[in-house]
Amino acid sequence: MNKQELLEMQKTACKVRMHTIEGVFNAKSGHPGGSLSAADMITYLYFKEMKVDPSRPDDPSRDRFVLSKGHCCPALYGALVEKGYFPADEIKVLRHIGAMLQGHPDMKNTPGIDMSSGSLGQGVSAACGMALAAKYDNADYRVYAMLGDGECEEGQVWEAAMFASHYRLDNLCLIVDFNGLQIDGNVNDVAGLEPIDSKFEGFGFEVIKIDGNNFDEIEAAFHKARTVKGKPTVIIAKTVKGKGVSYMENQVGWHGKAPNADEYQTAMDELKAQLAALEA
Amino acid sequence: MGETKKIATRESFGLALCELAKEHPEIVVLDADLAAATKTEIFKKAYPDRFFDCGIAEGNMIGVAAGLASCGKVPFAASFAMFATGRAYEQIRNSVGYPHLNVKIAGSHAGITVGEDGATHQCCEDLALMRTIPGMVVLNPADHYEMTEAVKAAFAYNGPVYIRLGRLAIDSFNDPDTYQFEIGKGIQLKDGSDVTVIATGLVVNEALKAVKALESKGINARLINMHTIKPIDKDIIIKAAKETGRIITVEEHNIIGGLGEAVCAVTSEYCPVPVKRIGIEDVYGHSGPALGLLAEFGLDAAGLEKKISEYVK
Repeated sequence: MNKQELLEMQKTACKVRMHTIEGVFNAKSGHPGGSLSAADMITYLYFKEMKVDPSRPDDPSRDRFVLSKGHCCPALYGALVEKGYFPADEIKVLRHIGAMLQGHPDMKNTPGIDMSSGSLGQGVSAACGMALAAKYDNADYRVYAMLGDGECEEGQVWEAAMFASHYRLDNLCLIVDFNGLQIDGNVNDVAGLEPIDSKFEGFGFEVIKIDGNNFDEIEAAFHKARTVKGKPTVIIAKTVKGKGVSYMENQVGWHGKAPNADEYQTAMDELKAQLAALEA
Repeated sequence: MGETKKIATRESFGLALCELAKEHPEIVVLDADLAAATKTEIFKKAYPDRFFDCGIAEGNMIGVAAGLASCGKVPFAASFAMFATGRAYEQIRNSVGYPHLNVKIAGSHAGITVGEDGATHQCCEDLALMRTIPGMVVLNPADHYEMTEAVKAAFAYNGPVYIRLGRLAIDSFNDPDTYQFEIGKGIQLKDGSDVTVIATGLVVNEALKAVKALESKGINARLINMHTIKPIDKDIIIKAAKETGRIITVEEHNIIGGLGEAVCAVTSEYCPVPVKRIGIEDVYGHSGPALGLLAEFGLDAAGLEKKISEYVK
């Protein structure tokens, strides 16, 4: 990624973070921490990696993205707004009665959402079905699914992992947003997930470990995933929960809480300053 | 009238899928290590490249089906009713029902006629579980011909469908030359004015034998085959309530949550009449030969004849 491209990507990610804060603040609820940790990777997916066209959200040949950690949809909604799927005004009424944007992704009503999700563990299976459909049709689209580290405690994730490996779904790329925190605390205090890389290796995956808040590493990982044949890939992305808003970073309390008016202002001021610095 | 060879509705299902798949390449079949039992193996042999075994992982199977459906495939996902609807209930609810995806779920070995495997495998709650999911169509065909047509109808319907399959080989009673299946339309098998018996699935034929036997004892019962549990046929129920004044429901399912309560919901709202629910009375089954269990639970023709005549007296 050249310098200009990196700068553009960082600016877009910053805007995605602003949409996230805007949405959660106006909804007075939602999940800022995991949205912010995932914002860079979601931005990269929609602005560089995936073959998608916002004017044809149902194009059968498009790449698919399943946000299995569906509670982090504010970041996904932000990316879809920046990409042009729907206007930014929708974010302001996120989670309101009658709003298009639901508390968790709803494929029936939101253009650009490829799978309804939110019940943890289920998105990976759906992504397997999509990847299998591509194989069946000899289509060349790729399928991406992002899951949380805590989400990997769900047994269905490993059922799906076995399936993906058994059916050699090399058109499937999982991304684990490993921000290290879940509602009840540190992931490894709650349910001891490590060593997650050898777990996925044991299930037959190509495992790539990166810093998920670093665009060069994100790009290298997705490039490598495309070259893997005969097996699925998982990108284990170490990230910072709450990334980009100083007081939210690495704080478990910001998993599922909306900022108050003062906190909202602080967050937006910080993000605006980051954007201004990138634009300077 | 129908042939004499006994055939289980699970086998009718497998055969119907094969037939349908000839003209519809979008049909794919998933199973969870029970292809030999659910009879999807018939499809597997005919179309090995369109059959995907998911192993003993029903939750994942339903999610995979959802993903396939989102890409334009029409997946039929089969397992035992217990695991298809019980183990994977939440996956069906959230990954299939909520986005109203075009997934067909087949639950085999339903009810107590699983037989010797006993209570853990005798699912008498599947109709209740599936009925509660918004937008889910729930079918419970009663014989070979009805299953054949139900599979076609399920395919033609764009949305989630649950189809209940039985393990036990049974006689066919429908006439293949005149039989017509429409989702949500009950079928009157016999007219009558003393009482209406509404039956579903495997016990419809038992109820048919029972009401015919009662005829000679001066009890003139109407019989309705309710192959669709949801959407339930309100009109045929209301008409029966008005014309016969009382209803008996018969199902190889818990009397809580199944056909009986679906009928009660209609009568209580539109035409209140007494409704007697015959079925599994909120207990678990146990091991034994299928026909022996059917008799023990009073769901064979003799048992139904006795229960109906006692109620009508």
